[in-house]
Amino acid sequence: MSIALYRIDDRLIHGQVVVGWGQPLDCTFIVLVDDEVRGSDWEQDLYRMGVPPHIEIIFASVSEAAERLPAWEADTRVGIVLVPDIDTATALVGQTDRIKKLNVGGIHHRTGRTERLRFVYLSEDERAKLRQLAAKGVDVTAQDVPTARPVPLAEFA
Amino acid sequence: MSEPLRGVIVSHSGLAQALASAVSTITGVAGALVPVSNDGCDNDALGERLRQAVAEQPAVLFVDLPGGSCLTNSIRYAKQHADIAVVTGVNLAMLLDFVFHREITPAEAARRAADAGGKAIRVTAA
Repeated sequence: MSIALYRIDDRLIHGQVVVGWGQPLDCTFIVLVDDEVRGSDWEQDLYRMGVPPHIEIIFASVSEAAERLPAWEADTRVGIVLVPDIDTATALVGQTDRIKKLNVGGIHHRTGRTERLRFVYLSEDERAKLRQLAAKGVDVTAQDVPTARPVPLAEFA
Repeated sequence: MSEPLRGVIVSHSGLAQALASAVSTITGVAGALVPVSNDGCDNDALGERLRQAVAEQPAVLFVDLPGGSCLTNSIRYAKQHADIAVVTGVNLAMLLDFVFHREITPAEAARRAADAGGKAIRVTAA
Protein backbone atom coordinates (compact mmCIF):
# COMPACT_ATOMS: atom_id res chain seq x y z
CA MET A 1 0.00 0.00 0.00
CA SER A 2 1.56 3.28 -0.99
CA ILE A 3 -0.86 5.52 0.91
CA ALA A 4 0.46 4.86 4.39
CA LEU A 5 -1.74 7.33 6.22
CA TYR A 6 -5.12 9.01 5.77
CA ARG A 7 -5.16 11.86 8.28
CA ILE A 8 -7.46 14.62 9.49
CA ASP A 9 -5.35 17.56 10.61
CA ASP A 10 -6.55 21.14 10.71
CA ARG A 11 -2.98 22.45 10.36
CA LEU A 12 -2.58 20.38 7.20
CA ILE A 13 1.13 20.33 6.33
CA HIS A 14 3.19 20.96 9.46
CA GLY A 15 6.02 19.52 11.52
CA GLN A 16 4.19 16.50 12.93
CA VAL A 17 3.17 15.43 9.44
CA VAL A 18 6.37 16.14 7.53
CA VAL A 19 8.85 15.10 10.22
CA GLY A 20 6.92 13.09 12.81
CA TRP A 21 5.18 10.82 10.31
CA GLY A 22 7.03 11.58 7.10
CA GLN A 23 10.45 10.43 8.24
CA PRO A 24 9.60 7.03 9.76
CA LEU A 25 7.25 6.26 6.88
CA ASP A 26 9.84 7.41 4.34
CA CYS A 27 7.08 9.44 2.76
CA THR A 28 7.89 11.15 -0.53
CA PHE A 29 4.49 12.54 -1.51
CA ILE A 30 1.68 14.26 0.35
CA VAL A 31 -1.80 14.72 -1.07
CA LEU A 32 -3.55 17.74 0.39
CA VAL A 33 -7.28 17.39 -0.15
CA ASP A 34 -8.98 20.72 0.37
CA ASP A 35 -11.30 22.44 -2.10
CA GLU A 36 -10.31 25.88 -0.85
CA VAL A 37 -6.55 25.34 -1.09
CA ARG A 38 -7.01 23.65 -4.48
CA GLY A 39 -8.42 26.90 -5.78
CA SER A 40 -5.74 29.21 -4.38
CA ASP A 41 -2.31 29.45 -6.02
CA TRP A 42 -0.78 31.42 -3.20
CA GLU A 43 -2.04 29.06 -0.50
CA GLN A 44 -0.45 26.23 -2.49
CA ASP A 45 2.83 28.17 -2.67
CA LEU A 46 2.64 28.59 1.09
CA TYR A 47 2.29 24.87 1.72
CA ARG A 48 5.06 24.03 -0.77
CA MET A 49 7.42 26.04 1.44
CA GLY A 50 6.62 23.68 4.30
CA VAL A 51 8.16 20.54 2.87
CA PRO A 52 11.68 19.48 1.97
CA PRO A 53 12.48 19.20 -1.74
CA HIS A 54 12.32 15.40 -1.84
CA ILE A 55 8.61 15.43 -0.92
CA GLU A 56 6.10 16.17 -3.68
CA ILE A 57 2.86 17.90 -2.73
CA ILE A 58 -0.25 17.18 -4.74
CA PHE A 59 -3.23 19.50 -4.29
CA ALA A 60 -6.63 18.00 -4.96
CA SER A 61 -10.29 18.78 -4.55
CA VAL A 62 -12.44 16.11 -2.91
CA SER A 63 -13.74 14.87 -6.24
CA GLU A 64 -10.27 14.84 -7.80
CA ALA A 65 -8.93 12.89 -4.83
CA ALA A 66 -11.69 10.30 -5.05
CA GLU A 67 -10.91 9.81 -8.73
CA ARG A 68 -7.15 9.62 -8.35
CA LEU A 69 -6.92 7.51 -5.17
CA PRO A 70 -6.40 4.24 -7.10
CA ALA A 71 -3.41 5.75 -8.91
CA TRP A 72 -1.89 7.06 -5.69
CA GLU A 73 -2.39 3.70 -4.03
CA ALA A 74 -0.61 2.03 -6.93
CA ASP A 75 2.29 4.48 -6.71
CA THR A 76 5.56 2.78 -5.75
CA ARG A 77 6.37 5.70 -3.43
CA VAL A 78 4.92 6.10 0.06
CA GLY A 79 2.35 8.87 0.48
CA ILE A 80 0.16 10.59 3.06
CA VAL A 81 -3.35 11.91 2.34
CA LEU A 82 -4.36 14.92 4.43
CA VAL A 83 -7.77 16.49 4.91
CA PRO A 84 -8.44 19.57 7.06
CA ASP A 85 -11.62 18.52 8.82
CA ILE A 86 -14.24 15.87 9.44
CA ASP A 87 -16.58 17.26 6.79
CA THR A 88 -13.92 16.82 4.10
CA ALA A 89 -13.15 13.31 5.34
CA THR A 90 -16.85 12.48 5.24
CA ALA A 91 -17.18 13.87 1.72
CA LEU A 92 -14.20 11.86 0.54
CA VAL A 93 -15.40 8.63 2.10
CA GLY A 94 -18.75 9.32 0.46
CA GLN A 95 -17.12 9.28 -2.97
CA THR A 96 -14.80 6.32 -2.62
CA ASP A 97 -14.75 3.06 -0.72
CA ARG A 98 -10.97 2.81 -0.67
CA ILE A 99 -10.40 4.46 2.72
CA LYS A 100 -10.32 1.74 5.38
CA LYS A 101 -8.38 3.53 8.13
CA LEU A 102 -8.53 7.15 9.19
CA ASN A 103 -6.15 8.88 11.57
CA VAL A 104 -7.47 11.84 13.57
CA GLY A 105 -4.27 13.80 14.01
CA GLY A 106 -5.30 17.25 15.11
CA ILE A 107 -8.62 19.03 15.54
CA HIS A 108 -8.11 22.01 17.78
CA HIS A 109 -10.29 24.08 20.05
CA ARG A 110 -13.06 26.23 18.61
CA THR A 111 -16.30 27.54 20.00
CA GLY A 112 -18.78 24.69 20.29
CA ARG A 113 -16.13 21.98 20.63
CA THR A 114 -15.15 20.20 23.81
CA GLU A 115 -11.84 18.53 24.59
CA ARG A 116 -11.86 14.79 23.87
CA LEU A 117 -8.08 14.35 23.81
CA ARG A 118 -5.21 16.82 24.18
CA PHE A 119 -5.14 17.26 20.40
CA VAL A 120 -8.77 16.49 19.55
CA TYR A 121 -11.69 18.82 20.24
CA LEU A 122 -15.09 17.89 18.82
CA SER A 123 -18.59 19.28 18.59
CA GLU A 124 -21.52 16.90 19.03
CA ASP A 125 -22.11 17.02 15.28
CA GLU A 126 -18.48 16.10 14.61
CA ARG A 127 -18.64 13.20 17.08
CA ALA A 128 -21.70 11.89 15.27
CA LYS A 129 -19.98 12.20 11.89
CA LEU A 130 -16.96 10.24 13.10
CA ARG A 131 -19.24 7.50 14.39
CA GLN A 132 -20.99 7.46 11.01
CA LEU A 133 -17.64 6.96 9.31
CA ALA A 134 -16.94 4.04 11.62
CA ALA A 135 -20.38 2.60 10.85
CA LYS A 136 -19.37 2.60 7.18
CA GLY A 137 -16.43 0.36 8.03
CA VAL A 138 -13.67 2.94 8.44
CA ASP A 139 -11.33 2.21 11.34
CA VAL A 140 -11.07 5.63 13.01
CA THR A 141 -8.35 6.22 15.59
CA ALA A 142 -6.70 9.30 17.08
CA GLN A 143 -2.92 9.54 17.13
CA ASP A 144 -0.88 12.72 16.82
CA VAL A 145 2.56 11.13 16.31
CA PRO A 146 3.64 7.59 15.40
CA THR A 147 5.14 6.90 18.82
CA ALA A 148 1.81 7.54 20.56
CA ARG A 149 -0.89 4.94 21.15
CA PRO A 150 -3.65 4.93 18.53
CA VAL A 151 -6.74 5.80 20.56
CA PRO A 152 -9.84 3.87 19.41
CA LEU A 153 -12.87 5.95 18.40
CA ALA A 154 -14.90 4.65 21.33
CA GLU A 155 -12.48 6.34 23.73
CA PHE A 156 -12.79 9.85 22.30
CA ALA A 157 -16.09 10.11 20.42
CA MET B 1 10.70 55.44 12.59
CA SER B 2 8.91 56.52 15.75
CA GLU B 3 9.04 53.30 17.72
CA PRO B 4 11.65 50.52 17.68
CA LEU B 5 10.68 47.39 15.78
CA ARG B 6 8.96 44.60 17.57
CA GLY B 7 10.24 41.05 17.27
CA VAL B 8 7.77 38.18 17.46
CA ILE B 9 9.19 34.69 17.95
CA VAL B 10 6.88 32.02 16.50
CA SER B 11 7.65 28.47 17.51
CA HIS B 12 6.53 25.01 18.40
CA SER B 13 5.96 24.28 22.06
CA GLY B 14 7.84 26.49 24.57
CA LEU B 15 10.83 27.41 22.43
CA ALA B 16 9.69 30.99 21.74
CA GLN B 17 9.19 31.73 25.43
CA ALA B 18 12.58 30.23 26.28
CA LEU B 19 14.38 32.26 23.61
CA ALA B 20 12.71 35.50 24.69
CA SER B 21 13.65 34.79 28.28
CA ALA B 22 17.26 34.03 27.36
CA VAL B 23 17.59 37.28 25.37
CA SER B 24 16.17 39.28 28.26
CA THR B 25 18.53 37.60 30.72
CA ILE B 26 21.59 38.21 28.57
CA THR B 27 20.85 41.77 27.42
CA GLY B 28 18.63 43.22 30.08
CA VAL B 29 16.35 44.45 27.28
CA ALA B 30 12.75 43.69 28.11
CA GLY B 31 9.73 43.95 25.88
CA ALA B 32 11.51 43.81 22.53
CA LEU B 33 10.46 40.24 21.82
CA VAL B 34 7.02 38.67 22.08
CA PRO B 35 6.82 34.86 22.15
CA VAL B 36 4.06 33.00 20.31
CA SER B 37 3.62 29.24 20.58
CA ASN B 38 1.51 27.20 18.19
CA ASP B 39 0.48 24.86 21.02
CA GLY B 40 -3.17 23.90 20.76
CA CYS B 41 -3.79 26.12 17.72
CA ASP B 42 -5.40 25.49 14.40
CA ASN B 43 -4.49 27.96 11.66
CA ASP B 44 -7.12 30.51 12.63
CA ALA B 45 -6.13 30.47 16.29
CA LEU B 46 -2.44 30.88 15.49
CA GLY B 47 -3.29 33.76 13.18
CA GLU B 48 -5.12 35.43 16.05
CA ARG B 49 -2.16 34.94 18.39
CA LEU B 50 0.06 36.57 15.78
CA ARG B 51 -2.31 39.49 15.40
CA GLN B 52 -2.28 40.11 19.13
CA ALA B 53 1.50 39.79 19.37
CA VAL B 54 2.21 42.17 16.50
CA ALA B 55 -0.32 44.68 17.84
CA GLU B 56 -0.43 46.62 14.56
CA GLN B 57 3.23 47.64 14.76
CA PRO B 58 6.04 47.12 12.25
CA ALA B 59 7.58 43.80 13.19
CA VAL B 60 9.88 40.96 12.30
CA LEU B 61 8.49 37.46 12.78
CA PHE B 62 11.22 35.02 13.80
CA VAL B 63 10.03 31.51 12.94
CA ASP B 64 11.63 28.31 14.21
CA LEU B 65 11.53 26.11 11.10
CA PRO B 66 11.57 26.83 7.37
CA GLY B 67 8.29 24.94 7.08
CA GLY B 68 5.26 23.92 9.05
CA SER B 69 2.36 25.76 10.63
CA CYS B 70 4.49 28.46 12.28
CA LEU B 71 5.91 29.46 8.91
CA THR B 72 2.78 29.14 6.83
CA ASN B 73 0.76 31.22 9.26
CA SER B 74 3.50 33.84 9.60
CA ILE B 75 3.73 34.26 5.84
CA ARG B 76 -0.05 34.36 5.56
CA TYR B 77 -0.08 37.12 8.16
CA ALA B 78 2.75 39.05 6.48
CA LYS B 79 0.95 38.93 3.12
CA GLN B 80 -2.08 40.54 4.67
CA HIS B 81 -0.31 43.26 6.66
CA ALA B 82 2.21 45.96 5.81
CA ASP B 83 5.60 46.35 7.50
CA ILE B 84 6.02 42.71 8.48
CA ALA B 85 9.08 40.63 7.57
CA VAL B 86 9.63 36.93 8.22
CA VAL B 87 12.88 35.12 9.06
CA THR B 88 13.17 31.36 9.55
CA GLY B 89 15.63 29.30 11.58
CA VAL B 90 15.51 31.56 14.62
CA ASN B 91 18.44 31.26 16.97
CA LEU B 92 19.69 33.10 20.01
CA ALA B 93 22.47 34.90 18.14
CA MET B 94 20.11 36.54 15.66
CA LEU B 95 17.80 37.68 18.43
CA LEU B 96 20.64 39.16 20.46
CA ASP B 97 21.69 41.18 17.42
CA PHE B 98 18.11 42.19 16.64
CA VAL B 99 17.25 43.72 20.00
CA PHE B 100 20.08 46.25 19.57
CA HIS B 101 19.22 47.09 15.94
CA ARG B 102 15.55 47.95 15.81
CA GLU B 103 15.62 51.45 14.31
CA ILE B 104 15.50 50.15 10.74
CA THR B 105 12.82 48.78 8.46
CA PRO B 106 11.47 45.27 9.02
CA ALA B 107 13.01 44.06 5.76
CA GLU B 108 16.44 45.44 6.71
CA ALA B 109 16.16 44.00 10.20
CA ALA B 110 15.21 40.61 8.82
CA ARG B 111 18.22 40.52 6.48
CA ARG B 112 20.52 41.63 9.27
CA ALA B 113 19.15 39.02 11.66
CA ALA B 114 19.49 36.23 9.12
CA ASP B 115 23.11 37.24 8.57
CA ALA B 116 23.87 37.35 12.30
CA GLY B 117 22.16 34.04 12.92
CA GLY B 118 23.94 32.32 10.07
CA LYS B 119 27.36 33.55 11.19
CA ALA B 120 26.78 32.00 14.60
CA ILE B 121 26.57 28.50 13.18
CA ARG B 122 30.04 27.03 13.11
CA VAL B 123 31.88 23.80 13.59
CA THR B 124 34.53 24.52 16.18
CA ALA B 125 37.91 22.91 16.58
CA ALA B 126 38.03 20.17 19.19
